[in-house]
Amino acid sequence: MIAYTDKVRQIARRLLEESRVEMVIGFRKGSQPMMNEPCFIRKAEDADKLVWDGNCGINLANYLTGRNEKIAVFAKGCDSRNIVTHIIENKVQRDKLVIVGVPCTGMIDKRLVASRTEGEIESVGENADKVVVKLSDGGSLEYDRREVLQGNCALCVHRNPVIYDELVADLVEEQTDVDRWADVREIEEMDTEQRRRFFEDLLAPCIRCYACRNACPLCYCPTCFVDESKPQWLGKGQDQIDIQTFHFLRAFHCAGRCTDCGACQRACPVGINMRLLTKKLEKDCFEMYRWEAGMTLDQRPALDTYKPDDPQGFIK
Amino acid sequence: MEYMGVEPDRLHFSWISSAESTKFVEVVSEITEKVKALGPNTHYVKKEAKVA
Repeated sequence: MIAYTDKVRQIARRLLEESRVEMVIGFRKGSQPMMNEPCFIRKAEDADKLVWDGNCGINLANYLTGRNEKIAVFAKGCDSRNIVTHIIENKVQRDKLVIVGVPCTGMIDKRLVASRTEGEIESVGENADKVVVKLSDGGSLEYDRREVLQGNCALCVHRNPVIYDELVADLVEEQTDVDRWADVREIEEMDTEQRRRFFEDLLAPCIRCYACRNACPLCYCPTCFVDESKPQWLGKGQDQIDIQTFHFLRAFHCAGRCTDCGACQRACPVGINMRLLTKKLEKDCFEMYRWEAGMTLDQRPALDTYKPDDPQGFIK
Repeated sequence: MEYMGVEPDRLHFSWISSAESTKFVEVVSEITEKVKALGPNTHYVKKEAKVA
């Protein structure tokens, strides 16, 4: 994927020079290793700021809502599915977008690399299947790329963009032999009390910074329910009940919409895997309605349609 | 909700038409019975500050 950078710059430059778009959304190098940041380019000469590597885990669909200009956006598989969701939910118009598809081979889990590495990381590079970590004391380490992928990327079955106007590279092979719901099933097998304790422990470190919400492309409400004060749905403090309510409700708001892009978990400063909540909803949607969010523009979402044969065993 | 650790019998869903008064009574009685059997919910209860 490292080789995409030249092509990314080239496409961005061309689109701006030909005035096909007013702005390009991509990634530039962050100030720290493994922390690429979103980058908004308006002039063709700035296109060289763009990069593409295994640290572009942020979901760029997040930056498309509430904009009027014509935008080109670089989209991985998950980003493209969130763009489809945005279009279905009328948050962006298809004709205002130029979607540049980026076939993805997974993003690097920055926490995993940092925890496996002793010493200070100076830079992280990669080649076809290795991640090369350079340390500040001059040493260097190599990891197999597949071993340090983000949890969601390792289990991803939609690496290729589902909607695009042009592609940065040839489509990649999709993974087929993955068990996507192993961790959810493990929780489902616990009893009620174990599950309650599990989530209590999982969410206990949360500091209510709302980074997960802000990183999520689905969370575009002008006023989030946690910020609302009339009525105040939720306490503002560090009460564990409020923390859990926030995470549970946020997950519910993503039901049938979440693409498991992993932006929430990536953004979390304390490393909470809140994907365990959204993944359960994703699994239920898939098992009950054969629905996967953002795969096509032609179908209404699972929670937006009614069929007489919908599963309804829970209604008495 | 069950996945998060709420007891299955604590939350009920039903569809009752305004004309189905007997079904309404049945469902409410059944739910009351089941919830009473579980006892008061001690989890997910927020402790309010003692001093206002």
